[in-house]
Amino acid sequence: MKISPKFTHNVAWGVCWAAGLLSLAFLFIIIGYVFVNGIGSITWEFLTTNPKGGLKGEGGILSALVGTLYLIGITLLIAVPLGVGAAIYMAEYARNNWFTKLVRFGVESLAGIPSIVFGLFGFALFVTALGFNFSIMSGALTLACLCLPVIIRTCEEAMKAVPRTYREASYGLGATKWQTITHVILPAAIPGIITSIILTVGRVVEETACLYVTMGGSSNMPTSIWSSARTLSLHLYYLAMETTAINKALATGVILIIIIIIINFATRWLSDRYIAMSGGGRMSNGN
Amino acid sequence: MSNTSSTDVTKPVIELRRIYDVFWRYAIYFFGAVSFVILLLIALFILREGYPAFEKIGIWQFISGQRWDVADSAFGILPMIIGSLYVTVGALVLSVPLGIFSAIFLTDVAPKKVRKIIRPAVELLVGIPSVVYGLVGMLMLVPAIQQIGQGSGDSILAASIVLAVMVLPTIVSITEDSILAVPNAYREGALALGSTRWQMIWNVVLPAARSGIIASIALGMGRAIGETMAMIMVIGNSIIIPDSIFSSARTLTGTLALELKYATGIHWNALFATGVVLFIFILILNSFGILLLRGKTK
Amino acid sequence: MEIKILIRDLNFYYGSCQALKSINMDIYGNKITALIGPSGCGKTTLLRLMNRMSDLVDETHIEGRMLIDGQDIFDKSVDVVNLRKKVGMVFQQPNPFPMSIYDNVAYGPRMLGTHNKRVLNGIVEESLRKAALWDEMKDNLHKSGLALSGGQQQRLCIARVLSVDPQIILMDEPCSALDPISTLKIEELMIELKKDYTLIIVTHNMQQAARVSDFAGFMLLGELVEYAETREVFNVPKDKRTEDYITGRFG
Repeated sequence: MKISPKFTHNVAWGVCWAAGLLSLAFLFIIIGYVFVNGIGSITWEFLTTNPKGGLKGEGGILSALVGTLYLIGITLLIAVPLGVGAAIYMAEYARNNWFTKLVRFGVESLAGIPSIVFGLFGFALFVTALGFNFSIMSGALTLACLCLPVIIRTCEEAMKAVPRTYREASYGLGATKWQTITHVILPAAIPGIITSIILTVGRVVEETACLYVTMGGSSNMPTSIWSSARTLSLHLYYLAMETTAINKALATGVILIIIIIIINFATRWLSDRYIAMSGGGRMSNGN
Repeated sequence: MSNTSSTDVTKPVIELRRIYDVFWRYAIYFFGAVSFVILLLIALFILREGYPAFEKIGIWQFISGQRWDVADSAFGILPMIIGSLYVTVGALVLSVPLGIFSAIFLTDVAPKKVRKIIRPAVELLVGIPSVVYGLVGMLMLVPAIQQIGQGSGDSILAASIVLAVMVLPTIVSITEDSILAVPNAYREGALALGSTRWQMIWNVVLPAARSGIIASIALGMGRAIGETMAMIMVIGNSIIIPDSIFSSARTLTGTLALELKYATGIHWNALFATGVVLFIFILILNSFGILLLRGKTK
Repeated sequence: MEIKILIRDLNFYYGSCQALKSINMDIYGNKITALIGPSGCGKTTLLRLMNRMSDLVDETHIEGRMLIDGQDIFDKSVDVVNLRKKVGMVFQQPNPFPMSIYDNVAYGPRMLGTHNKRVLNGIVEESLRKAALWDEMKDNLHKSGLALSGGQQQRLCIARVLSVDPQIILMDEPCSALDPISTLKIEELMIELKKDYTLIIVTHNMQQAARVSDFAGFMLLGELVEYAETREVFNVPKDKRTEDYITGRFG
């Protein structure tokens, strides 16, 4: 019997539907499972007390929350200037030469290196060689290296999307290149820069492996950037692997997923706005 | 009209804005170089710390050694290489077909409304922390596998499934992009010849998008080999050469995370040497993927 | 008549492709000079050399000389920032910055170091007046420049150029994106401006060249085929190719 093309088509269409819906199902299963089992353990006390440590995983998540915020702040402080600077190079200064190829190669390769290899590097350089020990500083420096490619690419794209005629108009008025960059290109690329910042925040929240070997994971409230600390993701790992408090691990998972969903919506909203803006106009006040 | 008029266009008097311009030009070149410098530093540090292990143990013995016993100073990473390969291949076997069909679903099959739900959902999958995947795997998959198979449930199978879900977005989004990049003329040509839409996709679109699909697999593989925490949580971490998909195993990355903080001496060097092996694996896979994607855009 | 720009044996290459072939041309001060010719003939390339906007493209090569007020602008001692201040440019697509009208006009002077509010106000008013935009805009100076109509945007761009007090204004098909009424306004403005400035315009529009320009150069495939007073070029062209083009036989 010969199978008709129509029949094959229908079967294939069915398979595609199944695949698409299965992908969607994964998301719902994961989020649903974590929410259903974790949301009950979220109380005011859970959010406002420090983890007490121990096998039972008593206490809340306050110091992990603070540790995450600390880490976000320091990482951004290090990575954003470097990333925006490199993006300016790629978008405005790069000529077709060996140096640009080297930069491009560096960014592309860094983007693919696994978190744990960054951890290895951070451990060898920041924790040991530079003597920063297990600390927020070591973690932030390591993470900054890891996040750099995302920031560079996002900002570079945003700057390249600024119409060429803006640059020409600015040069045509006798502005220097740097004036053109700071007064015309960067202001027009701000949504892209903010997007890159939000993406970086997302990475800080998600990352575990490179922080596991550079931050130490103390459950105490961090007092400075030289304190050992843990993030929410690390806290979840410790709870799941070293305590019996699985319900608290799930509750931490709920908080993490909520943060990630917010971040996702924020970037989506911003990029929509960005697209609208490059077509329309943006007000700025004179003087 | 303004006070800036000048008929002379030769080299200017010294002005602050020009000094800034020159200063920042060099500063920006410096910023541009940072990524490459970091890459170099990573390679340098890992090699420097790992080299003594290669020297003392021997590269071949290190890679092909079947025993990893810290107390006995035996450092062979074959079990971990095999563990990593097993879970990676397992993950790809599951996620590649699923990812390709999902991508086709998104580009050609799904109604617009459904597409609008699935695409953000796939993006959201990227953002979920790997420890959450690990946790769900630990609590849902591992007990289920324990019931159907032998052993504790912490297994290559569990790790492969968790990893498959994690690399799915990479495969879907790159495949989708490469399918969308196939010129419309190809599609119309095929349809005009009386093909069904599936014949068009199978015979024309997928072959044309081939290099992008292979790139997505290479990059997905890179991501899979590098995954650490989720693997530790569901694979059991025994240092054995696994003999079935229900067997426990350990990955290269898992070893690093689990032992790094307590390592000294040759053990420390051996871990960095493991990092070197991992680094080289990833660099090859990613360069391959990037080259394929670049070839496509030309 | 004073010669403002003097071009001698100018060759220009993009990579290995020659875009301009031994151009010789004298451009006179306080006149409007039009460059006409079919697309790809090199007229925009020539225009963009006059303020070295061509530097923004990689891998180009220049031979020959272009003297502005006796100074060779390709000479090493020339500073492009100063040059561009002196030789302003208006582009094909109106391209006001995404800022207010006031900020658009004040941008140039601010970049050149003027921050005194009273001085800036004066410059903005005068520039907008010269661009015949003041009466329409004086109450809306803080409105976004992008909110204006196409014709108003282009006049805003002209005001922006005037704000840095250039001597020469280059216009690259300034009306090609505009409706006939806006085009007419810009043309009136050009004639008004030539009292104080030297204007060079690139245009596809034969009638426009005939209406506004004093001198016209016809270019074809990178060559300046004919260059003379506009009347002559249009009425008694010396070269067969010019005649063919003007009578609409190609282009």
